Amino acid sequence: MFHKTLALAGAMTILTGTTAIAGCGLSSGNVNILGNDFAAIQAVVAAAKECASDGVTVESNLTTEHRDLQVAALTANPAQYSAAIVANSSIVPLLNDGLIRPLDDLVAKHGQNLQQNQLIVIDGKVMAVAFMANAQHLFYRSDILEAAGVDVPTTYDEVVAAAQKIESMGLMDDPVILNTKTGWNLGEEFVNMYMGTGADFFTPGTAEVAINNENGVAALNMLKALTEYSNPDYLTFDSNATAALWEGGQAALGIMWGSRGGPILDDEGSTSEITGSTVLAGAPTLMGDNVASTLWWDGFTIAANISDEDAEATFVAMVNGISDNVVKANNDDAVWLSPVYEPNPASAGVAATASAGATPYPMIPFMGLLHTALGAELTEFLQGSESAEQALADVEAAYTTAAKEQGFLQ
Amino acid sequence: MTHRSFLMFILPSLAAMILFIALPLVSVVVQSLHIEHEQVLKVTENCGPFGCKEETTVDAEATAALRAEKPIGRFNGLGTYFDRGHLAIEDVATAWAERTSLSGFFSDLYNLPLYKAIAFTITYTVVVTPLTILLGLMIALGVNRVTPILKGPTIFVSLLPMIVTPLIGSLILFWMIDAQGIIGKSLQFIFDDPELSLKASPPLTWITLMTYGVWHSAPFAFVVFYAGLQTVNTDTLEAARIDGADRWQQVRYVIIPHLMPLVVFISLIQLMDNFRVFEPIVGFSAEANATSLSYIIYSDLRGDTMRFNSAAATSVLTVLGVIVLLLPVLIRTWRDFKGKVV
Repeated sequence: MFHKTLALAGAMTILTGTTAIAGCGLSSGNVNILGNDFAAIQAVVAAAKECASDGVTVESNLTTEHRDLQVAALTANPAQYSAAIVANSSIVPLLNDGLIRPLDDLVAKHGQNLQQNQLIVIDGKVMAVAFMANAQHLFYRSDILEAAGVDVPTTYDEVVAAAQKIESMGLMDDPVILNTKTGWNLGEEFVNMYMGTGADFFTPGTAEVAINNENGVAALNMLKALTEYSNPDYLTFDSNATAALWEGGQAALGIMWGSRGGPILDDEGSTSEITGSTVLAGAPTLMGDNVASTLWWDGFTIAANISDEDAEATFVAMVNGISDNVVKANNDDAVWLSPVYEPNPASAGVAATASAGATPYPMIPFMGLLHTALGAELTEFLQGSESAEQALADVEAAYTTAAKEQGFLQ
Repeated sequence: MTHRSFLMFILPSLAAMILFIALPLVSVVVQSLHIEHEQVLKVTENCGPFGCKEETTVDAEATAALRAEKPIGRFNGLGTYFDRGHLAIEDVATAWAERTSLSGFFSDLYNLPLYKAIAFTITYTVVVTPLTILLGLMIALGVNRVTPILKGPTIFVSLLPMIVTPLIGSLILFWMIDAQGIIGKSLQFIFDDPELSLKASPPLTWITLMTYGVWHSAPFAFVVFYAGLQTVNTDTLEAARIDGADRWQQVRYVIIPHLMPLVVFISLIQLMDNFRVFEPIVGFSAEANATSLSYIIYSDLRGDTMRFNSAAATSVLTVLGVIVLLLPVLIRTWRDFKGKVV
């Protein structure tokens, strides 16, 4: 027993010895990170944890439910988490309530290696540091398209035509796949499609929604045309379900998140026949040159309700988490916003979508309410029991009710 | 027991009930009468990886000042109850005034989120509760006649649906009824329809959820009835047999009257439980085809912006709904009680 304790103590000394070297120059501070749960964020947080040392603790909670926790957790004083990893939609509620702090002084002190385009500047203040980009775009199976004798679609009309040909030639039942689960996912599909019309969601300068028009109808009709070539269960498909169906070889044309590209193209969970012919391309356009997709960034924010010491420790740990070494070691997991990042087939779709001129997801305070209303009210149109105009009128009514209640509209 | 010692005896649980049930209920009612402050908006220039853009943002400082002054928000009276997300009196009035037929009016009503949820919630409650009681009674009668050596294992197997956590149980079934799953594929084979999907159409989803509901709560009814069956007076049963009553007549005229108080008890519990149906909707990803009152509350509290006031109003409406639903059973119990005292 005594020997065991001694050996353990020895091991502990060696461990603390090594982590002290990797302590990122911090002497004290508590770091606790809340974030979404996928490969790139796991890599960032693992690297941030290397900053743990005698006086520095680094903990994390990575969960797909992070959006539902963050406001309550950061409202507490002191905040439950010192850092929240957010995207351009989920930063909005934190900004609305003033729950995250400006990072200008910390960027000046510790952010020499950050690129200017990584800084999310709101009203002249740096509020977040982005480290990766994401977008939904086209995934296609080159072997199936070849067998059907169609070119790679660049517009949604071509996607529908290709799907029609694949199905009529009997190459595949239900070749199209989208994240159309009722709720957030379905709302996101409409937002992307509506972007392809080039129109605004709101009357400029106000919180009044403006989607019940010919653009909204066109976006909805295209969504419906696509779901007609989807598996009948499409209203239950989230990102996990679509990735699994793709890996199972059940689809030939998919609109999926770029961050799923790496896991789909790797040699796990699928056959080389499927992964070998899977190609990631830019998002199709809907009207004219308007790309029907939104660009997203993921980045970290630092809570307002924590001590300055913890905030500094958190910033240093997070910067360590997105260092060049992390990017190099996890190059294929994301489209990193870093000069050392090397583009590859898994990131080709996001890069093509961005360079085709897609616009970022609107970082507007009331966009979340519209997104929720879209997710809840479009189902009946897709099922055929409601007209497009009625569905859009329902969305507008649901949004207006919510926006009045939240104080955005009078 | 004197009143004093009785009071002392229940004081701890009374205190807990006030603290954890009554006070939160009061807070929910208060919240439902308020809405958020007006948000102070401003247009700012925001920059990021994809360039700069003029965007509307909330003036967090000014809004925080408003909030600090009056943390609970603006008083809105019953406004939230009557808005489109809840009772929607305006929309209902318009639909009624412009109705061409009664079914047209109901389909307009069904387009409103609360009424849609109520339609499913009430159908679920009305269908699942009696079927649960019936199935539970049948299992209990069956198990009661199994030879003693097999009783233990049979009871265990019959209880399994209740032991499995609702969310996990529904998730497992969700995978089994998938078009690729064992139940889904079998149904496609039986009905000779390769496009058959239990998840796609509203009626089939409703049937699936209700079947699951009965499957899940039948063991509860079974356990209660089984315990009740052990107290049936064997003399009465024997007398009935001597009088020539067959098996069905014994059940109908001796056993069921004896179990009647338990039927009331189970209906009470099941009505309350089924009215709050929630887990199967999440487990079966059925939100496209079926929403319940609890599901609306849940979806209000998720997402980027949480709508506490809206959720509070729906909660109060749910509590009122439970009271209305239980009223007949409660009145009956009260009458029985008074009858006994007098």
